Amino acid sequence: MGLIIVGAFALAVLLFPAAPPQTVVVLPGPDGKVGTVVVQRDGEQTVLNTAYSTSRIGADGAENRAAMRNSDVKREFGSALTALPARPVSFVLYFVSGKDELTPASKVALRKALDELKHRPVPDIVVIGHTDTMGGQARNDELSLARAERVRKALVAQGLPAERIVAAGRGEREPLVQTADSVAEPRNRRVEINVR
Amino acid sequence: MFIKFTAPTSRWLATILLACCAGFAFAGDAGHLKTVKGSAHVERDGKRMPASVGMAVLESDTLVTGADGSMGVTMTDNCLLSVGPNSVLAIETYAFNSTTHAGQFDAALQKGTLAVISGKMVKQSPDAMRVHTPATVMAVRGTEFVVKVDE
Repeated sequence: MGLIIVGAFALAVLLFPAAPPQTVVVLPGPDGKVGTVVVQRDGEQTVLNTAYSTSRIGADGAENRAAMRNSDVKREFGSALTALPARPVSFVLYFVSGKDELTPASKVALRKALDELKHRPVPDIVVIGHTDTMGGQARNDELSLARAERVRKALVAQGLPAERIVAAGRGEREPLVQTADSVAEPRNRRVEINVR
Repeated sequence: MFIKFTAPTSRWLATILLACCAGFAFAGDAGHLKTVKGSAHVERDGKRMPASVGMAVLESDTLVTGADGSMGVTMTDNCLLSVGPNSVLAIETYAFNSTTHAGQFDAALQKGTLAVISGKMVKQSPDAMRVHTPATVMAVRGTEFVVKVDE
């Protein structure tokens, strides 16, 4: 009888091996904000939503909720945290009315953006051009693309990889500031550079 | 005529719609490797390729590191992921529509360490991203976190 029970237990362990132990820790963002991770197991939920809140599940399946210290997180997860890619960044450049020419202030801003982008090993870049509502839609589609292309060429000229840069024009469809038609709005005459 | 969908039916329809949208918006890369250190490989279609910076990561790829390895990926929705040494991370499903920011992302950490900074699709719909481990499923709601699965 005892043998049967031991045998059944051994079989159960073989068929349903215990899941390996695991640890989950929620970290504060650069601005101190903390999001939420919901750890779900067999219909049970653990909500982690404060800085360094932790769920540790041991080999026996028991959960320990003691918060991990920052120093311990760095020791246990240091390699993964160091390997995180640089956070995506965006730049906005503004243009002279009706032209694909940057405003003087944005010429300076473009140089600053380039300096920062050069430090990224393999940037993936999306350049999107926009216009204000002066002029017709078709003309603004062309103008927005011309603005994006102008910036794309400036990036390539500074040695950024052409094959990793995509340029597109959105015309007057996505204004930063909503206006009536035929309104000159400097904040809408812009190009966004989104870098991953 | 008025058709009233039951909750499961509408969920089904949403899934099908999402799959269609994803199909259009997402013929290409899920992300790119931005950092690679030590022994690091990408497994794709049963083949094992050495990882290199700039390499595309696709849906169904598995990232594998050795004892001295690590790698970091930037997904197309701006989600950042990285694995430390002795890790196996499968990109099980990935779809992201860059216009609507709708998407779905399932990643499975079989062993090792993982760091995550969630991206745009999680901002758009809170349950779009899930991280699976042998013991649990994690729903990610706009956050930074780390996970370790022991061997």
